[in-house]
Amino acid sequence: MGFPDRIERTVELAHSPGKVWAALTTAEGLAAWFGNEAAIDLRPGGAARMSWTGGFTVDMRVERVDEPRVFGFTWQIYGLPEDDPRRTYVEFTLEPDGAGTRLTVVESGFAQLPEDAYRKAYDGNTEGWMRELGELVGYLDAA
Amino acid sequence: MLPDIEAIAEQVFTALADPTRRAILAALASEGPATATDLAARLPITRQAIAKHLALLAEAGLVRAEPGERRRVRYRLRSAPMQVAQQYLAALARNWDGPLSALRDHLDRTAPGAAASSIHEIRGHHG
Repeated sequence: MGFPDRIERTVELAHSPGKVWAALTTAEGLAAWFGNEAAIDLRPGGAARMSWTGGFTVDMRVERVDEPRVFGFTWQIYGLPEDDPRRTYVEFTLEPDGAGTRLTVVESGFAQLPEDAYRKAYDGNTEGWMRELGELVGYLDAA
Repeated sequence: MLPDIEAIAEQVFTALADPTRRAILAALASEGPATATDLAARLPITRQAIAKHLALLAEAGLVRAEPGERRRVRYRLRSAPMQVAQQYLAALARNWDGPLSALRDHLDRTAPGAAASSIHEIRGHHG
């Protein structure tokens, strides 16, 4: 069926990479188009947070800062529990395009296998044994 | 690694495609682990049909069989495969087009005099 691991979009903007960079990487810029409120510590490993009216908040971790060319961050996969370690990586690439900017956004990592899934085969065996042992106990009790 | 995650997601969606299995999974999600007999008492489905579906769900790793009272097998929902399906849905539900057109609008608005950006799509919404 195909598991979508990666999303990619490109837009052409009639503004310089410097202007686009500011919109992507400052609290003021992010709050103007992405979230309703934003905070960002712009350095690799820095924390960023966006919130929307209605109470929805997302925490991000800045991963790549290569002004004014590449800005990357990770954030949680929507819908997974808060303590889940799986995160997708979002990378914005800015290329000068005449007087404007060609902006590409790539979000990847949706197809990460959770650690728990590796245990499936092992769990299956354990369950089989638990059933067998339960039957053995029942058999011995009845004897 | 990809074929595995794909197989897991496929099993979840196959399970969810059947209304009886959806009812069983929904009952286990809302009321916790249960035996086939418990489920037969709660759902308008025969115990036999429930047992058949539970066996299929356990085989697919979507429920876990565990010993219950009086040596009856109890079934518990396994969340890991559901989360894999959720990752799949998260990718489909991620809307980058909205924020990107909001970005374009924001830039066009805050730079009066600059030529409007060349691609015009539906007006973006926040979030």
